[in-house]
Amino acid sequence: MADLIWVYAEVVEDKITPTTLELLSKAAELGTAEAVLLGPVPDDAVQTLANHGAGKVYCSSDPVFRDYLTIPAVETLAALIKKHQPALMLFASSYAGRDVACALSALLDLGVITDVGDFTLKDGSVEATIPALGGSYQNTSTLAVAGTKILLVRAKSFEAKPCSQSASVEEVTPPSDPAVRKVHVTERVTVRREGPQLEGANVVVAGGRGLKSSEHFDMLRQLAELLGGAVGATRAVVDAGWVPYSLQVGQTGKTVKPNLYIACGISGAVQHLAGMKSSKTIIAVNKDPEAPIFQFSDLGVVGDVFKVVPQLIEELKKRRGA
Amino acid sequence: MNIIVCAKVIPASSVTIEIDAATKRMVRKGVPHELDPAAACALEEGLRLMEKNGGTVTVVTMGIGDATIGIRNALAMGATSAMHILDDAVAGSDTLGTAKVLAAAIRKESFDLVLCAAESSDSYAGIVPGQLARLLGLPPLTFAKEIAVEGKKITVKRQGESGYDVVEAELPALVTVTSGINEPRYPQLKGIMAAKKKEIKNYTAAALGLGPDQVGASGAREKVLGVGRPPARQAGKIVTDEGDGGKQIADFLAEMKII
Ligand SMILES: Cc1cc2nc3c(=O)[nH]c(=O)nc-3n(C[C@H](O)[C@H](O)[C@H](O)COP(=O)(O)OP(=O)(O)OC[C@H]3O[C@@H](n4cnc5c(N)ncnc54)[C@H](O)[C@@H]3O)c2cc1C
Ligand SMILES: Nc1ncnc2c1ncn2[C@@H]1O[C@H](COP(=O)(O)O)[C@@H](O)[C@H]1O
Repeated sequence: MADLIWVYAEVVEDKITPTTLELLSKAAELGTAEAVLLGPVPDDAVQTLANHGAGKVYCSSDPVFRDYLTIPAVETLAALIKKHQPALMLFASSYAGRDVACALSALLDLGVITDVGDFTLKDGSVEATIPALGGSYQNTSTLAVAGTKILLVRAKSFEAKPCSQSASVEEVTPPSDPAVRKVHVTERVTVRREGPQLEGANVVVAGGRGLKSSEHFDMLRQLAELLGGAVGATRAVVDAGWVPYSLQVGQTGKTVKPNLYIACGISGAVQHLAGMKSSKTIIAVNKDPEAPIFQFSDLGVVGDVFKVVPQLIEELKKRRGA
Repeated sequence: MNIIVCAKVIPASSVTIEIDAATKRMVRKGVPHELDPAAACALEEGLRLMEKNGGTVTVVTMGIGDATIGIRNALAMGATSAMHILDDAVAGSDTLGTAKVLAAAIRKESFDLVLCAAESSDSYAGIVPGQLARLLGLPPLTFAKEIAVEGKKITVKRQGESGYDVVEAELPALVTVTSGINEPRYPQLKGIMAAKKKEIKNYTAAALGLGPDQVGASGAREKVLGVGRPPARQAGKIVTDEGDGGKQIADFLAEMKII
């Protein structure tokens, strides 16, 4: 019988997240894929999950899952897992995914493997590949437990593959114990981002501390616009408040995998590399010939960003005009 | 207000971390150690809350003997006392084993708040705090970029995908902080002198009631099967800008059919 593989489905800004769909596609490839979707959901959510391989969706649109973080979802999942014993329970390495997976792993005493980049499942045992130390090492790990194996998987590890399928839906009852209502969300603040979204962008133009100040990001915005891309940044820049957090690329920021990544004034710290190393083509501009980013670049230009980038912008405009 | 700060002490950032092929673990012995900069942010937040509300800050570390230097640093920054779980029996613990050890040590104290870094700077797992909260039965408030305490109520601004959430809970609670939350203070000479007299309680796994079925390599649910180097990405062409760097990039983009 095919292995039963569950995916914890997440909704952000009224949409099933791309990573949920990536995980479902992978799950469907390896076994029987099902999804668990907790919290008020957009109308087309179940269909979207079905269209990426879910044969069944356990769901509850009870607001408790929206208004109280982690604990209601963990209790519900734990009960479902005990009942149905999936071989694998997959989570995205997202804010919510991580919180729920950690608590679940402790509650069920099952452990968890995090930061998974790829995995195999054979006779109920799982082997996960984890890019470690910013990708300079690669570990393989397994979970030596009987029962469900919990994995937290990095975004963009797999391709989301649409398929046409229909899913059965099973309503689940939310926990009635008021003790689950402990972490109360009293306000949600969406920080509007400018320009195209970083995730999913074909081209990312990213800036680091080498840009010296917030104003100089205008130059990158211009370049990104010319290439139809989005602007990204290092944490150093985000911490300095030059650009909003939503632009951070790296271990603790976004994982991006564009066709083209242009790193401007970025040293190439392992934590930054972790979020962009799998970009198809990487170009770096840095005045320090020893900058680690050059080891990961297809083209490295040792030079001053304030000279090279404006010239590139002019050049693109010229060629476009021609 | 009594605060526990879970702080990892890690190989110093100047050290290139190596992995031992035989044990498949990071080489920790014999390399200089420092207080994890991410944990320093959690500690700084704890110290500020103590300065405002009174009480104590107790630092908890599970680590090898070399970790003492980081613990002293935490005490010099202003922590009241420390607990150090120092025992070969806990070496090789996975995240859940680590969380069990920390939970058992924390249960020895009375506390209102447990602070952790959202993730450590050496493993970035970011798993231990969520497990710890569950084991201690505490509400987890994660990824805090701002913390406020008022009486028994704790409110945090929690970093999220598209902005932040305002999240509240009753104390006792566990909070993880993002590294951007503050700029940790440097220890002053006075603090360094005072730290020498502060207490570091040492614990073993057995003293915490934990056996080899729970902690150490034998108790680990997660087993590392192997470590290797991923296929190296071929470094490409490197050119020095001699006034035509921008043009060279444009040529390259044209060559790659990107423009
Ligand atoms: C737990 C943890 C998590 C982290 N997570 C992330 C993360 O998710 N993302 C992330 O990015 N970082 C992360 N970091 C931080 C990371 O370690 C680095 O500090 C950061 O990436 C450095 O950013 P940077 O390259 O902009 O700055 P720097 O390292 O200071 O590099 C600036 C570069 O600009 C070059 N430069 C200066 N002037 C010019 C000029 N005029 N022209 C051309 N080049 C110039 C310099 O040569 C230098 O190489 C994390 C750190 C920790 C501890
Ligand atoms: N060995 C340890 N000793 C003390 N605290 C730890 C230890 N391991 C993890 N933690 C806590 O958990 C946080 C996240 O660690 P990690 O899960 O390793 O990324 C750390 O910043 C600490 O607050």
